[in-house]
Amino acid sequence: MTDMTKPARDGAGPGPDAVQVIGGGRESLVPGTPLLEVDDLHIKFHTRDGVAKAVNGVSYSVAAGETLAVLGESGSGKSVTAQAIMGILDMPPGKITKGSIRFRGEDLLTMSPKARRAVRGRKIAMIFQDALSSLNPVLSVGYQLGEMFRVHQGAGRKEAKEKAVELMERVRIPAARQRVGDYPHQFSGGMRQRIMIAMALALEPDLIIADEPTTALDVTVQAQVMDLLAELQAEFNMGLILITHDLGVVADVADKIAVMYAGRIVETAPVHELYARPAHPYTKGLLNSIPRLDQKGQNLYAIQGLPPSLLRIPSGCAFNPRCDRVQDVCHTELPRLVPVLDAEGADLPGRRSACHFWKETLHG
Amino acid sequence: MAEPILEVKDLVKHYPLTQGIVLKKQVGAVRAVDGVSFSLTKGETLGIVGESGCGKSTLAKVLMNLEKATSGQVLFKGEDITRLSGAGLKAVRRNIQMVFQDPYTSLNPRMTVGDIIGEPFEIHPEVAPKGDRRRAVQDLLDVVGLNPEYINRYPHQFSGGQRQRIGIARGLALKPELIICDEPVSALDVSVQAQVINLLEQLQNEFRLSYMFIAHDLSIVRHISDRVGVMYLGKMVEIGTEEQIYSHPTHPYTQALLSAVPVPDPTGREHRERILLSGDIPSPANPPSGCRFRTRCWKAEERCSTEVPLLAVPSTLRGPAAHESACHFAEVRDVIGSG
Repeated sequence: MTDMTKPARDGAGPGPDAVQVIGGGRESLVPGTPLLEVDDLHIKFHTRDGVAKAVNGVSYSVAAGETLAVLGESGSGKSVTAQAIMGILDMPPGKITKGSIRFRGEDLLTMSPKARRAVRGRKIAMIFQDALSSLNPVLSVGYQLGEMFRVHQGAGRKEAKEKAVELMERVRIPAARQRVGDYPHQFSGGMRQRIMIAMALALEPDLIIADEPTTALDVTVQAQVMDLLAELQAEFNMGLILITHDLGVVADVADKIAVMYAGRIVETAPVHELYARPAHPYTKGLLNSIPRLDQKGQNLYAIQGLPPSLLRIPSGCAFNPRCDRVQDVCHTELPRLVPVLDAEGADLPGRRSACHFWKETLHG
Repeated sequence: MAEPILEVKDLVKHYPLTQGIVLKKQVGAVRAVDGVSFSLTKGETLGIVGESGCGKSTLAKVLMNLEKATSGQVLFKGEDITRLSGAGLKAVRRNIQMVFQDPYTSLNPRMTVGDIIGEPFEIHPEVAPKGDRRRAVQDLLDVVGLNPEYINRYPHQFSGGQRQRIGIARGLALKPELIICDEPVSALDVSVQAQVINLLEQLQNEFRLSYMFIAHDLSIVRHISDRVGVMYLGKMVEIGTEEQIYSHPTHPYTQALLSAVPVPDPTGREHRERILLSGDIPSPANPPSGCRFRTRCWKAEERCSTEVPLLAVPSTLRGPAAHESACHFAEVRDVIGSG
């Protein structure tokens, strides 16, 4: 990483606003401003068996108040991209070989480590899938929540604890004051995930990345957690990147969707359009494989085969061995992510597809 | 109705909680399964749904006789397997097999696929004589859609979906009549789940298998099941045909569970009615008195804390929608808008 000395914005210790837990220390956010732009990102991993191309030219953007869902199976590169944005990618073996990640116009990848640290947690926060292994088991949750204020804002112990209680109340943990000294194992899975959310919200970031935030939870608890997240997002007008493989959760909360396959984005679309008319055979296959009422007793549609190994991504379109629309050109030529047009040839805003036959997929 | 292949009557499994090291004293019990009754006929699929901790996996273990039941009966073709031991138990176990959730930990990494699938034959040599075993294993691989030439490979050489096929082949080896599937697809990638579900259905038709299908994915359970049972905190709270449970749920817990499932269709999401339960599932070591769901229920009244609701057909329900529900105030509420 090159050493560019950019001043760490509002990194000058606790200002008068900092004592306030909610509502202070934020730059005003106008809905629709691009907050984060990932551009042509390439990430490789050097492994014993060769070079795994985990991310191969991913571009997406999120605006304030917007929810982008990144949909993909394991190995599609969705989590690795998120780790690169957060700056928590293991390097080595990982290596960002190309591309940029701009947060409010500034490239995070060329920032000094110090400036980067000022962004991480304070401006961009992350919620992980497994709350039990993301929390420190030997420290009380109050201590771990308060750490955010002690480290980033120089708050004292008492003050930090007070803020931890407020945060726990914010994410609706019952009897927060009594439970602030409890340890992670004393909370249920849903409560632990709330604590993770509280920790991500602590410094009121502009952007939250939630990596499979509800995968480990039961559906009734999942509904509680997703509701809470949506409510807090609306209140603070945060951008949200939701990484998931669950088509149901995506349909519930997303504004726009990026579908990933083998390290590339194969389709982007606003949520309603993606579900109504997918423009990539992979998306179409995923949607078709959801059990539907009228298919009772029949075979489910199944995408044949398996996701490819990242060490040996098929040439041309990576989806070609599993696609039922495959032609010769799919084996030789990599399809670019191109704008999708409707039947009259008019541009469909926000819609792109990386399929040579998007037209046939969309309209056929 | 056809003769049931499996009949469970008032099954109870309590795990004792003890205190003291030398003089162990029982101070309580985790009531994992607490009075569950249902039956299953040949060729039928019974789906069991419920949140983690509701006792569905314990139920599976007791049915396999991997855990001894505290009380109650499990009648397999009329024979109570909770009382069996030795040769009798061994014979029954041949007919009840299990497919596990995690294909990564349920296959021994040091054994070849051939050894894994062939191991049941070591215990029940009468199914496949020694000379025929390799052939039998290759047939099984073929049946579950794997290349028979993979017989000498090791589990790590396969993907998750393929490993689950190996687990299914092992379950089929002894030609059982009942297979208990404990979350068989939840560890698999979305695009692979449909393949495994299709395989299970195809095998059911081919061999007239009965399935008990435990899962938390309600749309998959709906697709594969003939009947569905909903469990909460060790009790069966509602049971009926797939249509009765999904279109005419009467128990508040079933309604909340169904409404919490995210629908993979964004149309009309702003208007979707969702019942949000407050709080978490109580501890099965100390379940609420009366109805166990009352602490999270919006209908709860005085009566719910004193009187345990029995699993019975509510008097208000008539016609094809009539099915058993354990609620004092059972009434139909369409929560998924399927009609």
